[in-house]
Order: sequence, then C-alpha cells, then structure tokens
Amino acid sequence: MSNRIDVKDLNVYYSKFLAVEDVTINIDARSVTAFIGPSGCGKSTFLRTLNRMHEVIPGARVEGEVLLDGDNLYDSAVDPVTVRGRIGMVFQRPNPFPTMSIRDNVLAGVKLNDKRISKSDADALVEKSLRGANLWNEVKDRLARPGSGLSGGQQQRLCIARAIAVSPQVILMDEPCSALDPISTLAIEDLINELKAQYTVVIVTHNMQQAARVSDKTAFFNIAGTGKPGKLIEYDETTTIFNNPSVKATEDYVSGRFG
Amino acid sequence: MAANQTLQRRQSQLTRGRLPSYAVWVVLAASVVLGAALSALIGFSVVGWAVITAVVFVVTATIVTAVGEGERRAKDRLVTFLVYGAFLLALLPLVSVLWTVLERGIPGLSYNFLFTSMNGVTGAVDNASVENGTPVLGGAYHAVIGTLLITFWATLISVPIGLLTAVYLVEYGQGNRLARAITFFVDVMTGIPSIVAGLFAAALFALLFGPGTRTGFVAAVALSVLMIPVVVRSTEEMLKIVPNELREAAYALGVRKWRTITRVVIPTAISGIASGVTLSIARVIGETAPILVTAGFASSINWNVFSGWMGTLPTFIYYQILTPTSPTAPDPSTQRAWAAALLLILMVMLLNLGARLIASMFAPKTSR
Repeated sequence: MSNRIDVKDLNVYYSKFLAVEDVTINIDARSVTAFIGPSGCGKSTFLRTLNRMHEVIPGARVEGEVLLDGDNLYDSAVDPVTVRGRIGMVFQRPNPFPTMSIRDNVLAGVKLNDKRISKSDADALVEKSLRGANLWNEVKDRLARPGSGLSGGQQQRLCIARAIAVSPQVILMDEPCSALDPISTLAIEDLINELKAQYTVVIVTHNMQQAARVSDKTAFFNIAGTGKPGKLIEYDETTTIFNNPSVKATEDYVSGRFG
Repeated sequence: MAANQTLQRRQSQLTRGRLPSYAVWVVLAASVVLGAALSALIGFSVVGWAVITAVVFVVTATIVTAVGEGERRAKDRLVTFLVYGAFLLALLPLVSVLWTVLERGIPGLSYNFLFTSMNGVTGAVDNASVENGTPVLGGAYHAVIGTLLITFWATLISVPIGLLTAVYLVEYGQGNRLARAITFFVDVMTGIPSIVAGLFAAALFALLFGPGTRTGFVAAVALSVLMIPVVVRSTEEMLKIVPNELREAAYALGVRKWRTITRVVIPTAISGIASGVTLSIARVIGETAPILVTAGFASSINWNVFSGWMGTLPTFIYYQILTPTSPTAPDPSTQRAWAAALLLILMVMLLNLGARLIASMFAPKTSR
C-alpha cells in the first residue's frame, strides 16, 4: 500500500464563498509535506478537505477530486467515516477527551466505535501507540489518570498517539506545535521524522524553520487579498522552496519580506 | 541612627489620606446607638431600629469617607454598602421562609407522620388528641409516595423527550427552520401556567379514556408538560458549551456522528444536564393546581399510578390548611401541613445534593 494523495483541480467553498481555488498537488507516500503561507490563505481549509473534515462545517463543500491511492474520496458512494478512519488528523490545540483517562483516550478510536478488543490487545495497542508518540515513558505509571492533567506538549503527543492507534495510512497535522513550547515542539518534530517511515504526513505550519526542518516537500499557499480565494503558488522540494524558489511571492515569504 | 528613627516614626507615604481601618466600625457602632435612640422616639421596634441604623450608617459612613479620604473612595464605599444591602434584602425572605418552616414543621415531623397515611383519621381523632394532649395521629406517607411516584413518572417522560430535543437543536438543527420553530414553541411552553398544563392533561385523558380519568399518570403527563421546556433549555445550553474540538477529534478518529454524541458530547456535558434535570424536578415537585385536576386527592396509600386518585405533598398541605380534618380543632391539621412543607423542602434539597453528587461523579476530570 503506497498511501499517496493526488489532488486534482480542487475548489473549496464555504457556502458561496470560494475559499481555496484550483489546487492540484501530488503528495508522495511516506514523506512529510509541509503547507506554509500567511494566515487566512486556506492552508488549514485545504488540509481539512483531505480527510473530509471540511464538510463538518455547515454549508462547506468541495468541487474536484482527491485521490487516495487512486480512489476518489469525494465519490458519492464513499462514506466520510471510512475516509477519516484511513486519514487521521491532529489539531492545532490539543484536544484529549476530558471525560476519559489517558488509556481510554488512546483507545478512543476503538472504544467509541464499540469494537471488541481483548484486554491484552488493548494493553499492547496502548503501549505501541504511546511509544509511537514518544509518550510511553512519561505516562506509563499513570494510564488511569485523566488525559487533561498532562502538560500541553504531552496532551498533543497523546492526541498523536490517539490518531495512530486507529492505524491510519495518512496523518494530517494542523499547526500541531503552535500552542507548544520549544522543547515540546522538538519532541513532536522528532516524532514526525519517525512517523515518516510508516505514514504519509501532511503538516500545516506557520513556522518556516519547522517546515524546513521536518518536511521533504513544501507547498506555499497565498491569497491575493481579503475576500479572494487562496491559491497554491508553488510546490517543490523543501530545499528548492527555501533556497531557490521559482516564484517571487514565495521568495518574499520565505525570506521574511512579508507575512 | 537618628535618621533611621525618623524613618520608623514617620507615617507611611502610601497610607496618607486614608482613614484608619477601624473608622467604619466606629461609625457602625455610633449608628446602632443612634438608631436605637431615634427608633425609641417614634416607638421602638426591631424593624424600625434596623432600618434607621442602616440609613444612618450608610449616609454617615459615606460622608465621613468623603471628608477623610476623598470623593472616589466615598463613591466606592456607598456602592459597596448598596450591594451588600441588596444581598441582605434578597437573603431576608429566604432565611425567613426556612426559619418559619423549620420552626413550625419540626414538631410535626414524627415517625407516625412519616410512615402512616390519613386513612381512617377523622375529625373525632383530631379532637381526641387535642382534648387529651396525645400526639397527633395521621401522616403524609401516602402523599410522599404520591409525590415520588408522580415526579418519577414525569421525569421518566420528560428527560428522554427533552434530551433528544436538545440534541436535535444543537447537533442536527443548527439554526434551520424546524430548529427555530422548536425553540420558539419551547419558549412558549415555558410560559404555560401550570393549571393550564393540568387542564390539558385532564382533557387529553378524558378524550382517550372517558371523562373523569384521574390517576397519578395523568398528573405525571401534566407535570411533564411543565418539565420538558426546562429540560430542553438547560440541556441545550450545556450541549452548546461542549467544545467543537471534541466533536472534531471524534470525527477525525472515524467515529460516527451519533456515537460522537452519545459517547463524547453527552458525557462531557452530563454534569450540567443532571443539574438541569434536578432544577426541572424542583420546579414541578411543588405544583398543586395541576395535580388537583389530574390526580384528584386521596388520603390513603395508592402505589398504582395507572389507577385511582393519588395524594401528593402539595395537595396534602392545601387540603389540610383549607379544610382541616376537624373543623373545630384545626391545630393538628395545621401541624401536619407545616411538617409536610418541611418534608417537601427537604426532598428538594436531597434531590439537589444527589444531583451534585452525580455531577461530580461524571464531571470531566482535571486533576493530575
């Protein structure tokens, strides 16, 4: 299974408002792809269309195709729940379920769907996911404690553990480090590098050093002005985007001349 | 050394222009004395004393502060006094009610009162207990049973309907036309007088099962008409404050919407929902009028809500006061009425306590 994502001529709408216009992008399997760009340019909106989270917002819709290994996510016969099981997501603010313990948070994807799982399998899954998220050593003695008692960085890694516990093929991350301190950020960046071996990772970030550090390829989104749709300006190897971009706007952005 | 001593003796620059902290208490003491004197002039009464003291104190303390500390502090003091005054005024009726009910209710609250009904207790029995000075016979057992059963059935009807309505409004309706219509009618329902709800239930059951159908269940239906809007409103507010991030987190794990609602949204809001339900029960447990027209009145024990008339605590109080069991010696009836009132308050308090317990058991855990 290669887990690549190909987007063809995608337009994203909020009711009548065109938020992102005409994006065509090919995201390689088992790589880290970063989306950068100024606020409001549609990076997050576009990211949410990749696992059909966009349509959770009333009035939101999409035109075009998103192909996961050649299968269109937006085919009328596709159940969005199936899509979200394959393509996981980590949000900007850590959002562990406040009513659940650390262990239950990791098992949320299994338990909330009432799937049968034996205790030993559950224990193994909890350990594997928490180890995968670099959190096992910190929480192994307090798995029964509530997840909301952890620090912000730990909570975010708990959310990553929760996302990988349902064994998705792709993980989307929407500014996963924007609410975290540099040390937690480093822990998550290391984790992204490890996740790359098994998963396709797409990350939205405002931090250009972070994009440069973690990603293989970078996509630069921009917006012409308020009320105009966001567009994909340039998409290339990360080194090319940061050192030798072919579009002037990209160069201005990555060199800090605006944005 | 000398410089050091002047530094110690000198008054702090930071407290200059401030009255000493005991100034207000001095004014208060003077006001109490002055209030006593003035109220003695116009005929002494405790109420007059308190009112005059309060007025004198507020005016004097404000003036003293204005002279000693300036206009801004005086305004601050005045408003502080007014706020505390308003709080005390609001507390007054509450304390007074509690005191009266406790004072008059406790003498009647005996084992006999709690565990016997009024079955067979006639005017002659009451007359005998007054003449011989023996304890009052007869009690509110049947009324307690009736209140509990009718409220239980009303809750059983209202909570599922109210909860599901709120879930529709928040999770599915999202401001569409139907949701707005439901919100409007729920608001209208909130304003329905309770007697109208009683008449509605009585008329409905008269239509279905023939005229004169009066059972505990009819009363439960009447009460649920009053309860549902309260449950809907409070549950709706609680569901609204569940962060959207939690719903999105569940969706992103491939969890279906209804599972997200039942397993994530409702558990997160359950403490608020529980206290909302308790409030709605407290709202209807003391209803009298709708019970009278739907469940009638009984003085004997009836465990069956689906057949026969049923007494409740409010109707028990009503009849004990309005038509004492013994018209010539109404004191035993009055005593029973106050004891029943105390019992009703205790039940509501217990209910509140129970809801808090449930709430704290289910509440999202934040401790480390």
